[in-house]
Amino acid sequence: MAERTLIVGGLVVDPARGVESVRDVLIVDGEIREVAAGLSKKSGLADAARVDAKGLWVIPGLVDMHVHLREPGRESDETIATGTAAAARGGVTTVLAMANTEPVTDSPSQLEFLRSKARVDAKVNVLFAGAVTVGQKGERLTEFARLRRAGAAALSDDGRPVMNAGLFRRALEYADDLGLLVIDHCEDLTLSGGACAHEGPQALRKGLKGAPWAAETVQVMRDIALSELTGARVHLAHLSAVSSIEAVRAAKKRGVRVTAEAAPHHFALSDDMIPGYDADWKMNPPLRPAEDRAALVAALADGTIDAVATDHAPHGCAAKSLGFDTAPFGVIGLETSLAASLTALYHTKALTKRELVRRMSTTPAALLGLKSKGTLAPGADADLAIVDPDAPWTPEAPFASKSRNSPFAGRRLKGRVLHTFVAGRAVVHAV
Amino acid sequence: MTKDWGRKDLLGLETLSAAEIETILDEAASFKKAPAPRVLAGRTVAFLFSEASTRTRSSFEAAALRLGAECLSFSAAGSSLSKGESMLDTMLNLQAVGVTHFVVRHERSGVLEDLAPRVNAAVVNAGDGWHEHPTQALLDLLTLRERWGSFKGRKLVVLGDIRHSRVARSNLFALKKLGAKVVFCGPTPLVPDAFAALGATIEHDVEKALKGADAVNVLRLQLERMEQGFVPSLADYALVYQLTPARAMLMKPDALVLHPGPMNRGVEIASEVADGPRSVVLEQVSNGVFVRMAALALCDRGRARG
Repeated sequence: MAERTLIVGGLVVDPARGVESVRDVLIVDGEIREVAAGLSKKSGLADAARVDAKGLWVIPGLVDMHVHLREPGRESDETIATGTAAAARGGVTTVLAMANTEPVTDSPSQLEFLRSKARVDAKVNVLFAGAVTVGQKGERLTEFARLRRAGAAALSDDGRPVMNAGLFRRALEYADDLGLLVIDHCEDLTLSGGACAHEGPQALRKGLKGAPWAAETVQVMRDIALSELTGARVHLAHLSAVSSIEAVRAAKKRGVRVTAEAAPHHFALSDDMIPGYDADWKMNPPLRPAEDRAALVAALADGTIDAVATDHAPHGCAAKSLGFDTAPFGVIGLETSLAASLTALYHTKALTKRELVRRMSTTPAALLGLKSKGTLAPGADADLAIVDPDAPWTPEAPFASKSRNSPFAGRRLKGRVLHTFVAGRAVVHAV
Repeated sequence: MTKDWGRKDLLGLETLSAAEIETILDEAASFKKAPAPRVLAGRTVAFLFSEASTRTRSSFEAAALRLGAECLSFSAAGSSLSKGESMLDTMLNLQAVGVTHFVVRHERSGVLEDLAPRVNAAVVNAGDGWHEHPTQALLDLLTLRERWGSFKGRKLVVLGDIRHSRVARSNLFALKKLGAKVVFCGPTPLVPDAFAALGATIEHDVEKALKGADAVNVLRLQLERMEQGFVPSLADYALVYQLTPARAMLMKPDALVLHPGPMNRGVEIASEVADGPRSVVLEQVSNGVFVRMAALALCDRGRARG
């Protein structure tokens, strides 16, 4: 007996097919079977489980290409189980887990271990990035081909930049031959070293060491040059500065194969909003002034920035209470990603519904080469979210994540995920 | 009852009103005039210093003793105080022992913002990272006010390593509120232009900065700034920015020379100027005891009221 679910009367938003209208969605055995008006009245579907989506959006599940699940090594902060539970709560059905675990995910056996762990524990689809360099030390390339065979979905030393330009050039060339996306954390450590905030009036006022915007942009420009030199793809993680965006915009105009992502905290918050020395507002790159925030919103609207990705980075309360300068970088984001994006991008009229879904699902799926995700086309995986775009919501701990280091905690957002389906199965039903 | 004071803590000058700053200065001036009343009899002041300090600490100790308080010399190794949570535990334990006042120096900017509201005792900041050093700025203010009467329209130059200076920040926050103009002067790596957003006037040309000034506060240049590459060498810095007698002459004839100490004679300041007639360095030191008495006494009232 086939397992059938019918989602009735929701506004289906599927940018991949240009759909934005009220339709019913029929899921059969984990796949989208049909998207059409009036399916609920059809005979023969009486036995299908029904979900009422009237007045709600039905969108392809979000694809978050930048998360830290902390397993193995830091299971006290997050695990595959809790991190993917957080994803499910946020309507995120596929995540790309970064390789800065302990030990670093830089070998085929590590990847095989993680993938087998995910098969048991994960509540959403988990893809894993392999490291670009052994131990993320920036000295020697990992075995890209063997990592790919073991299931690596991309390559990244995220958490650290690959500072050696010559090595990074070879990484781009070799990875592109294999069809693997290289994701770079752009930060020139000689400019940013030891900093905990954006270099500017706010950091000066508080007596904190700041990193200049140029620490990011110098490496963005280098990566663009290396991509242009080699013709190879490069993807830039968590862009935060106006000047980086301008460099990417100009490069794209020249046809350089560069893509980029931005995180909700960077386009929804700015450094003047940081309450005192609250380390739940500390991440890398740091929150920047309002002009950078506005530039990120514009870049998401015009496509200079291709994707929204959270850089979900859980840290326990003890570590985060060490003080702003010594606390670790990073904030959680999976549960608040869509709500923060709706609030900062959609309700401000900067992006349309379709553009928002494109940045959060369609495009990241395409960047990772996931053909059956990021769309509700018949035959696609039945990964989807049902969303009330106007529901007021104030996120508060406890979260599904093991950690609670969120700058959105206690802030009013507009928009909430009510149901999340992965391969046709409901993984979240809001009460 | 003193007007304009209801706080149990003195964490910085940025958050104080002009009236509150004047209240501390008035209180300090009255302590200076008359023999000290034993208003802190029965109180216990604990010193939590995670950075070395002899001047500030002995000044606070003298202030506490003069007001009749007992001092608890708590000699903490830097490591045990370097973690936020264990610092709170330390403070709660000492409070349980009977401590009524904490005087805290810590290398981390802003460390007291979280801690102070979580204890009942009064907390006085004796310097937090690069952030604030309120009593040092208050003793500068008391010294200046004794000579000037009012701060309105006065021009103070702070010369040296502003970036890493809590004294410069506290000076700026307070003097702006009191109507003075504050000029930050030094090489760009140590005096970033972004300070202008906080209300300072930035001038990298020392001659221009000093011209017509009413006072200069010369900051110590630490050897480590050379190792960190902010300046090529102390000698190279001194060539351009040292307060020499000729440069001091550019200020108004009655202009004052301040220095928070300890001085690097021959680096940021020439000995002739440091020991010259314009120097008020030792007045600063004696006034330090009075402003610290004022801080401890006022915060004690704020604590009792809370």
